[in-house]
Amino acid sequence: MSSVLPTNYLTPTGREEAWRFTPLKRIAGLHDPAVSVIDRISIELFGSARAGFNISTVKASDIPAKSTTTDAIVQRLRSEVTEVLHLKIDNEAVINEPILLKRSAGNSGEFSRTVITAGAHSKASVIVENTGDGIIGEEIEIRVEAGANLTFITLQEWGPKAVHMGRHHAIIGRDANFKSITVTIGGSLVRLLPTVEYSDQGSSAELWGVYFATDGQHLEHRVFVDHGIPRAKSRVNYKGVLAGDGARTVWIGDVFIRQNAEGTDTYELNKNLLLSDGARADSVPNLEIETGEIVGAGHASTTGRFDDEQLFYLMSRGIPMNEARRLVIRGFFTEIIDKIGDEVIQERLMSKIDSQLETLGA
Amino acid sequence: MAQLVIKGLQVSVEGESGAIEILRGVDLTINSGEVHAIMGPNGSGKSTLAYSIAGHPKYSVTGGSVTLDGVDVLEMSVDERAKAGLFLAMQYPVEVPGVSVSNFLRTAATALRGEAPKVRTWVGEVKEAMSKLSIDPAFSERSVNEGFSGGEKKRHEILQMELLKPKIAILDETDSGLDVDALRIVSEGVNRVKSEQNLGIMLITHYTRILRYIKPDFVHVFAGGKIVEEGGPELADRLEEKGYAQYAKA
Repeated sequence: MSSVLPTNYLTPTGREEAWRFTPLKRIAGLHDPAVSVIDRISIELFGSARAGFNISTVKASDIPAKSTTTDAIVQRLRSEVTEVLHLKIDNEAVINEPILLKRSAGNSGEFSRTVITAGAHSKASVIVENTGDGIIGEEIEIRVEAGANLTFITLQEWGPKAVHMGRHHAIIGRDANFKSITVTIGGSLVRLLPTVEYSDQGSSAELWGVYFATDGQHLEHRVFVDHGIPRAKSRVNYKGVLAGDGARTVWIGDVFIRQNAEGTDTYELNKNLLLSDGARADSVPNLEIETGEIVGAGHASTTGRFDDEQLFYLMSRGIPMNEARRLVIRGFFTEIIDKIGDEVIQERLMSKIDSQLETLGA
Repeated sequence: MAQLVIKGLQVSVEGESGAIEILRGVDLTINSGEVHAIMGPNGSGKSTLAYSIAGHPKYSVTGGSVTLDGVDVLEMSVDERAKAGLFLAMQYPVEVPGVSVSNFLRTAATALRGEAPKVRTWVGEVKEAMSKLSIDPAFSERSVNEGFSGGEKKRHEILQMELLKPKIAILDETDSGLDVDALRIVSEGVNRVKSEQNLGIMLITHYTRILRYIKPDFVHVFAGGKIVEEGGPELADRLEEKGYAQYAKA
């Protein structure tokens, strides 16, 4: 089901602000209408259906996106995708075990659109697990309805050749809480847009992320929190570790506080730990404020090598240098990974990280 | 019996316009079971002495020697100094995000003892030491020093001292920022470790307050990067009365 449609969007050239960090040559034409891309639903529920939620396939025209986007790949996939996977969590459902969705992508370019609706006053967590060597352009739109509590976890455990261009956009309703945890440790090129907008007051978003880039990997996260509603809260905390030649990460943290967004409370943080020469981390926090009537707005970004004081402290207790470094690196990751709240997954991720560190001799 | 011998120790740090000499020839011997109070005004070099002995990379030793039971300490890496039996309770303990107190303590004990402590006895050991220092057991699962109050950090330092069983401990302004209750708990902890393990102690302080709880055998007045006067506990009483002004020119 591929198509090459005339487009009303511009194909990125790499000179645009949004694309200036991304190696377009490596994204396998997902952005280029001259290259045809398969339209296929690539994620499915792992395990059997349970009470409290329902998964269905819906005609794309019956479930149009509720958010706007300027991203060329997302615009393109919206115009080409014919069927959408819809995960609907029932109103007032309280689901303790996470809903696990697994993706199986093929070897050629694919588009996929997913909608997750967390019904009013529901409480659930959803995990999307990405593995293998797919080439995927995808959008997940998450609609968090009034009073709902949703934890949304994406695990990029891709194989070494995978290309993943994704937008994970949440629309957060009145008094609803949205928490996302984005873990990106695999893939050749991963460019994610974890973005948030608020549709009503009293809503809050926590966006946590951790990424680990080694030799030649390009891992890019472009966070955008759009405060267009009064009295909403956001916290962003992304941490990255880079090791090996050509390891490359990009973190953009855009927060926009619009004129009517009085009482906004926002803070964003990005920390990068460079373990070797030849790695490069870009970290760009942007805060744009149109009203002064806010509770708080701040950001911080640090990129550096090991903190000598931390190493000294640990070594002064008899812990050898290599062991002290390992503790600090693991601690750097676990601070975010422990928020997943599923010990099996946490241990799997940490053991993948450990074995990569071992290979690197870090 | 352990003996820490500091002879003619000279230490400098790298400043913007070259090396700045901070310690100008320090002589001091500490034996097991002894408490030596090092007292002096801010900026006199007391903390530099502590960090130099522990091996902080910021400080370069330009002269003199430090030996523990005759073995050259200055040749050792930071972790080797701890293994040799030295412990530094820091004035500003460092936060290590994502590393839990229990993991940290177990890793340190494993490194110092050369083998992992037996799980059952170790857990009991930690619990008991924590309860003696009135530390909430929930601290085990918190990140090292992260979000700890000043008093909690200091108690956590003494907890490590109790568990890691050093021969000689340097307590760098352990009393600073403590209220009376916390000071009493911390001091009792120090006294307990001293009597149980025959610990030798270098107690660095600006104030005489802590000396009411931890009785010094010797008092050394530190000014201008060296020891300018020495005596018994009575010297502390005199300092309490007259202050450090008399040593200002030293």
